[in-house]
Amino acid sequence: MKTIDNSSRRSFLRQAFGAGALVLGARVLPTRALAALETAVFSPNVFVGIKSDGTVLIVAHRSEMGTSSRTMVPLILADEMEADWKRVKIEQAIGDEKYGDQNTDGSHSVRSFFSVMQECGASARSMLEQAAANQWSVPVSQCKATLHQVVHSPSGKKLGYGELAAAAAKLPVPDKSKLIFKKKSEYRYIGKDLPVYDLSDITHGKAVFGMDAKVDGMVYASVEHSPVLGGKLLSFDDKEALQVPGVSRTVEIPAFKPPHAFQALGGVAVIADNTWSAFQGRKKLKVSWDPGPNASYTSSEYKQQLQATARKPGKVVRNVGDVDKGFAAATKILEADYYVPHLAHAAMEPVVAVADFRDGKCTLWAPTQNPQAVQDTVAAAVGIDKKNVICNVTLLGGGFGRKSKPDYCAEAAILSKQLGKPVKVVWTREDDIHFDYYHSVAALYMKAGLDQSGKPVAWLQRSVFPSINSTFALDVKSGSAGELGMGFTDTPYALPNHRAENGEAVNHVRIGWLRSVANIYHAFAVCSFADELAHAAGRDPKDYLLDLIGPPRLVDLKAQGVDYPNMGPIEQYPVDTARLRKVVELVAEKSGWGKRRLPKGHALGIAAHRSFLSYIATVVEVAVSPAGKISIPRVDMAVDAGMIVSPDRVRSQFEGAAVFGASLALMGEITATAGKIDQSNFNNYPVVRMNEAPLETRVYIVESDAPPAGVGEPGVPPFAPALCNAIFAATGKRIRELPLSRQKLV
Amino acid sequence: MITLKINGSPRQFDGDPEMPLLWYLRDVVGLTGSKFGCGMGLCGACTVHQDGVAIRSCVTPVRGVVGKEVTTIEGLSNDSHPLQKAWEALNVPQCGYCQVGQIMQAASLLKQTPKPTDKDIDDAMTGNICRCGTYQRIRAAIHLAAKEKA
Ligand code: FES
Ligand code: FES
Repeated sequence: MKTIDNSSRRSFLRQAFGAGALVLGARVLPTRALAALETAVFSPNVFVGIKSDGTVLIVAHRSEMGTSSRTMVPLILADEMEADWKRVKIEQAIGDEKYGDQNTDGSHSVRSFFSVMQECGASARSMLEQAAANQWSVPVSQCKATLHQVVHSPSGKKLGYGELAAAAAKLPVPDKSKLIFKKKSEYRYIGKDLPVYDLSDITHGKAVFGMDAKVDGMVYASVEHSPVLGGKLLSFDDKEALQVPGVSRTVEIPAFKPPHAFQALGGVAVIADNTWSAFQGRKKLKVSWDPGPNASYTSSEYKQQLQATARKPGKVVRNVGDVDKGFAAATKILEADYYVPHLAHAAMEPVVAVADFRDGKCTLWAPTQNPQAVQDTVAAAVGIDKKNVICNVTLLGGGFGRKSKPDYCAEAAILSKQLGKPVKVVWTREDDIHFDYYHSVAALYMKAGLDQSGKPVAWLQRSVFPSINSTFALDVKSGSAGELGMGFTDTPYALPNHRAENGEAVNHVRIGWLRSVANIYHAFAVCSFADELAHAAGRDPKDYLLDLIGPPRLVDLKAQGVDYPNMGPIEQYPVDTARLRKVVELVAEKSGWGKRRLPKGHALGIAAHRSFLSYIATVVEVAVSPAGKISIPRVDMAVDAGMIVSPDRVRSQFEGAAVFGASLALMGEITATAGKIDQSNFNNYPVVRMNEAPLETRVYIVESDAPPAGVGEPGVPPFAPALCNAIFAATGKRIRELPLSRQKLV
Repeated sequence: MITLKINGSPRQFDGDPEMPLLWYLRDVVGLTGSKFGCGMGLCGACTVHQDGVAIRSCVTPVRGVVGKEVTTIEGLSNDSHPLQKAWEALNVPQCGYCQVGQIMQAASLLKQTPKPTDKDIDDAMTGNICRCGTYQRIRAAIHLAAKEKA
């Protein structure tokens, strides 16, 4: 549901675009945001303007954390509008519900806004053509917008966009149904590889990240939190802290009220005139805490509980045929327990925010994936109306889901209100790892029955994990349909008897989305187990996988009674096994599956997974040294993400996903002891470095006219199982628990 | 009061000489190109040059660079260093946060080893984390810059 509106009266745009500017807006109501916006009063939203000097201003309303949304979403508009990219200036939007969804999460920037950007671009183009036709008194059909100017074809007369802007602004915005869109063959930028907007600023150290934000009169804060979630501050002694040069005072931040959601955790802030003094002062604080009930949380015990639950029947979330009958008829039964620990996001930029509370308004500068959530969270934290929270979005030094949760912004706002001056809250790396919203720990139980020929006649899978919903509600024990729909209730295999169950788990830490979310543990178990079955059947894993996926078809989960949210309209984005088959076949061919001669100790593993509406198949080549050391010489990935805006940026996301996947598979593990997180920095929460990363990742993009799907996340899930399947092929050792650093291969 | 030389210019500092160079550069001088990633010398985001050699500014107190030439990304080149050109030609950055440290580390490598092998690159660059995972392109960009320079 999208409509276009003339919105030239928006005052902030007048400021941004100058008088006489042509301003177009679109009312945007992507399905994802529908519920949130239904009751909202809609102001027209604005995405594009032209200045009289011809500069085209395009608003980037999505956050930039490395996926290139800030460039590629505006680029769609520029292309449709026939703007010259060299004369486009990108303006980063503040948080404002007028833009529709701004939560740069869930791999949907292009997916949700492709057609919105096209509509805005086509409207602008058509109004400029009309303005030129009026000026020349010729039919508009003879006027064509081409690269920042309108040309009168018969006479060759030309008018630049800047010259036409004022006249175009007086015209009515065309009805959406009247818009004519460029043909794919006419695209100027889409499908080409343009560099990202901020490239040169990044390489020259001029790009402004949250960590770089600075405002006049700002002080710096470092906050001591309860080491255990929900612990109570008993007392603190700041005498020594206050003696540290540069430290001015300490401030107590009240504890959150459960459920914690995005509230500030609470604690004691040390205020100083520079970051380092704040850190030093904090080390001198003496704080005593009552750790509270979450002190019962110890990962080694919790793991056993999860695994015990997974061994017992759970709530049935998908049921096809009759697995019990299937098992009774099977000639071979396989069972396996899989386990994936908590993970931390560990973006290179620890969370940080600047807030300036004055005159009943709070202005923030923050590396946030979700500036509207910043508005809501800060408004509640300092007791003002959401519209008085102005959230400026800086570049993000990585996000991976962590920076969708603005607890750190609330901290800065609370402190600024209390101190009456701008405050920058800087988390140390230790804070970032100790107080993350962790990727959920999960235990899975898998059971299959094979017939004489090795075909699966029954397949049972159980998933047990503390749910992200526990962030927002108390007493949550079951997985949400959204989490279960990430690779668990949507397993696209052709199985006559298939049952999926979810067991209960209680949460003790903050849990949150991390790049590809529940797909990580679900794909690990499902894609590894598929490989186990192939070997049990004595068949080639790729051939077996194709048989499991079965014939090309649309999997109708609704008909199977599955509560399956999908991530987009199911009519537009069905679960299409033809596309999954195709990426498997493509990656097999390109990787030389079954054909490539490999050195001793090397082997290939394969996995395929649909997530964020994209279809990915991955082949990992592993090398295991005689001492059991793992290296990854090559990764091949076939990607069907529908229509692509920038092939190079898609490739880079998948190259990055291979490294992210390698980190979690090889060494990613967060554990707790008595409620306190054991890891603290890159020494004990290592991530992959250059010498451990896949040496080469090759990405093959399937040409597609299907609607655009996700790119940032879906490369991650198939990586770990493909790697572990390769390890099995190389060593005969089946890996069912991550990370690999815990396993002995020889 | 101590005197430091940052990107060719002398600067006086009368604060705590134990303050790490990183925070002096960022909070006192206002040169924010060098980044904070770990504060323990584990990630390389804060890499600058001391007399042309890469150091971790987060674990180097300002007193330690008295009498030395400190170069940050802001002073690496007048316009573009061959590495910056190579980085742009290959579209290396994703989020970009680590990239200044990567470029400073690579610049130090090329100064000592103008034609690095893959092994040389691994050895020099392993202290620089890129959580976005741009390692493959970093490697290619270093090779490209080495080729262009020769
Ligand atoms: S911030 Fe200096 S090495 Fe990480
Ligand atoms: S580009 Fe994001 S950490 Fe390297």
